[in-house]
Amino acid sequence: MADSPVVTVHDRPNSYIGRSVPRPNVQRLLHGRGTFTDDIKLPRMVHAAYLRSPFAHADIKSINADAAKAAPGVAGVFTGKEIAELCEPYVGVLTHLEGMRSPPQYPMAIDRARWQGEPVVAVVAETRAQAEDAVELVEVDWAELPAACDMSAALDADAPVIHEEYGNNLCWERIVDEGDVDAAFDQAAVVVEDEFTFGRHTGVTLEPRSIISSWDPSEEQLTVYMSTQGPHMLQAIFAKHFGLEEHRVRVICKDVGGAFGIKVHTYGDEIATAALTMLLKRPVKFIPDRMESFTADIHARHHTIKARMAVAGDGKILAIDFDDLTGIGPYSMYPRSSGIEINQVLNLTGGPYTIENYRARGRVVFQNKPLMCQYRAVGHPIATAMQEALVDHAAQALGMDVVEIRARNLIPDDAYPTKSVTGMLFDKLSHHAAKDKLLGMVDYAGLRADQETARESGIYRGIGFACMIEVTSPSPMFYGVGGAPISAQDGVTLRLDAKGNLIVASGVTEQGQGAEAVLSQVAATAVGVTPDKIKIITGDTEITPYGGGTWASRGTGIAGEAAAQAGHALRDQILEVAGIMLQSEPRKLDIRDNAVVDTDTGNERISLAEVGRVVYYRADTLPKDYQSELIATRHHVPKKFPFAFTNGIHCSHVEVDVDTGMVKLLNYWVVEDCGTVINPLLVEEQVRGGVIQGIGGALYEECLYSDEGQLLNGNLADYLVPMAAEMPDIEVGHVTSPNSDSELGAKGAGEGGTGGAPAAILNAVNDALLPLGARLTVNPMTPERVLRALGKTE
Amino acid sequence: MPDSIDIPPVVVTATVNGERVSRAVEPRMNLVDFLREELELTGSHIGCEHGVCGACTVRVDGTIVRGCLMLAVQADGAQVLTIEGLSESGEIADLQENFKTRNAAQCGFCTPGMLMTAAELLAENPGAGRTEIREHISGNFCRCTGYQAIVDAIEETGKNRGEK
Repeated sequence: MADSPVVTVHDRPNSYIGRSVPRPNVQRLLHGRGTFTDDIKLPRMVHAAYLRSPFAHADIKSINADAAKAAPGVAGVFTGKEIAELCEPYVGVLTHLEGMRSPPQYPMAIDRARWQGEPVVAVVAETRAQAEDAVELVEVDWAELPAACDMSAALDADAPVIHEEYGNNLCWERIVDEGDVDAAFDQAAVVVEDEFTFGRHTGVTLEPRSIISSWDPSEEQLTVYMSTQGPHMLQAIFAKHFGLEEHRVRVICKDVGGAFGIKVHTYGDEIATAALTMLLKRPVKFIPDRMESFTADIHARHHTIKARMAVAGDGKILAIDFDDLTGIGPYSMYPRSSGIEINQVLNLTGGPYTIENYRARGRVVFQNKPLMCQYRAVGHPIATAMQEALVDHAAQALGMDVVEIRARNLIPDDAYPTKSVTGMLFDKLSHHAAKDKLLGMVDYAGLRADQETARESGIYRGIGFACMIEVTSPSPMFYGVGGAPISAQDGVTLRLDAKGNLIVASGVTEQGQGAEAVLSQVAATAVGVTPDKIKIITGDTEITPYGGGTWASRGTGIAGEAAAQAGHALRDQILEVAGIMLQSEPRKLDIRDNAVVDTDTGNERISLAEVGRVVYYRADTLPKDYQSELIATRHHVPKKFPFAFTNGIHCSHVEVDVDTGMVKLLNYWVVEDCGTVINPLLVEEQVRGGVIQGIGGALYEECLYSDEGQLLNGNLADYLVPMAAEMPDIEVGHVTSPNSDSELGAKGAGEGGTGGAPAAILNAVNDALLPLGARLTVNPMTPERVLRALGKTE
Repeated sequence: MPDSIDIPPVVVTATVNGERVSRAVEPRMNLVDFLREELELTGSHIGCEHGVCGACTVRVDGTIVRGCLMLAVQADGAQVLTIEGLSESGEIADLQENFKTRNAAQCGFCTPGMLMTAAELLAENPGAGRTEIREHISGNFCRCTGYQAIVDAIEETGKNRGEK
């Protein structure tokens, strides 16, 4: 092997690390030439539509599909029972979440439906319109059952039990008890208590979940085009549950129109769509419409929490004690489980601070509503909002400034490595540096003075801070250890082609966040080429290295590192063969701007195009005992720490109209430490987009249900999402504490914005209302709820 | 029972991206389905099918419309411009370049509709300020960017046009 000097990506000349280069794959999207799954048509393709349960809980007494089968264009009508015959059921528990239980799930309801929106009958026709027409012709004889919809009542003795074999609706319970919580509360100068409610909301990816399944019975090959975050995970799941070998399943993921965790689960309508192609032996497309998505996509977040914090007279946090209840629908989602959200809340609350005494109970309950599961910033918005609201509450009780109380409790920047009271290991965080950086961006004294003046005119402005930690780049301790077919490692293959271009293939997927840009920048730097020479390939299980995909802010930290290591390996290969061609020692050569150069002088010796030409077409000119290679694959999996934690601090400035209850967002600032920043522009846009998504949960988004479990606002007119006119500009700053588990030093940046924003907005609104004696502990903070807090409405 | 089963197809003739096209379609077919399914112009996207999200925004006889709220038969005889035609005409090349430079598109699903809407504003009022820009695009849902980059890109394009 070449003995070229070891250089890290940070030492390379002409580095693209830390540069805001545009994304390589954005042009097609700007010209309407992207390929989203619904843009694909296959020969003889038919379209599926699903009849869904109109009830939250009901027995299916009989199904009459005769009229539907005879309708124009219909290729087939199938019940849940028929689909189940092809597909092994699945169970959404992780073994490391001890005691969690959830019964086997089938793709569609068989004898009983357990949420409004559960698929019941599949209709396939030549057009989507024909399939939807025929769905209306299916007659189901329903017997509605009492439903357990309200999660707070789901454990009551008289609640309907959804899975009779369990005796009650408890899915999982976890208790954490560290230190001496009771003694700490006894010693406290101040104890603050709050009851929090975080509303159930959903992802609203602008592109709905989308799938085309195609079965070739001659080769027993299942090909699935899918808008997904985890192609290899889906490959494993389709193979397992249809009894196929994995190499007989190919998952192809073209452009993805937003995902945010919505597209990383096993949905019955998608599994059933794969069964339909096997039954019909024709490609089947299924694209849910928006109304369907509201009850068929996972929901997220719904929590009620009783929490209290013990604080000493000097502002030191002595203890946190809370009891969290969350409702997850009738099953735990497969394969990630619906326990991770509350597990994160129990693990992460209080994480930025030095806390020695901690007690928490988390209970996960079954209910007759859509399944709840992991969505962008899983658990973080809840943990952060609870913790930060309690900190503000304590500061008020002590008469202390909200920044000062944080400064007194944040883990010192020189304390690392360290771990939290819940056992979370922190490599290197920078809470104080981030706070100082933020205070350099925000004119805090000026905002306080303005607040004072404005109040005199009856204008109520508030300033809210939120300190946070974020889980990124997880090791196998997240899912693999619990038995799920979810890879924590990811790979990158680099190949130099005959013209000196670099072909990069990776198991991560692109859904707009810039994974392909990051791979391009790292590979370009590690090898020594310009980004215009690079072609990135992702989203195809048949041609990319095996990997987990894109979730938990793992693309840059994990696949980025694999790209760096693959880049070093390919560079060594190139220099080895170039050394032979040039009769030079490889260690005296380097690769810069698409050419092999003398390391010392930088003078070009041979272009990469010429190296490629000789290797591929004129190998006869190389020594007969020498075989060159111009392809390298490397994988990376986090080893030193279970998670690459990041930290951040947010500041929100709002104005509350105390007559209408409307919250106006005036300014927003964030400082984020995600380790080495590969592309500042992309990181900042991840933070901004994440903050806006968090604002959605804080102010607007909630799936509203009737007592009977009927979704009341399942459309985009009634379910409010953040739109441009109401959103603030966001100023983003960086602190850099590199990840010591990799050469690249990068951590994730995709979710911190969403994790921190609800806390900052909640604190800002309460800060605004402080002189009026009003306090909110609910998300979303709708005008009605603000007015109720002000005592202006019932 | 839907009425379509008994109603024969209707011939729609329109000029789409400068090309005269004619297709026999069901009267209930909406314009964006006509563009996507019949003409295979897949740049116009379907996000909500009830007129809220703006992903299907196209230009009909010079005005932007929601492709999901207009029937294909209503476009009979009309001039229709989609993102594909708008791109090829070069009318928004500067805007597209600024979207690229500013990273004003992430997943790209809202982007064609956003560009259509922004193009209208830039044609009418290239000097629009940030508040006006935000109001003008407030009927286009973007789940990824948080809008700031989009506002920046539109503002920059307007400034540059104003200087020419």
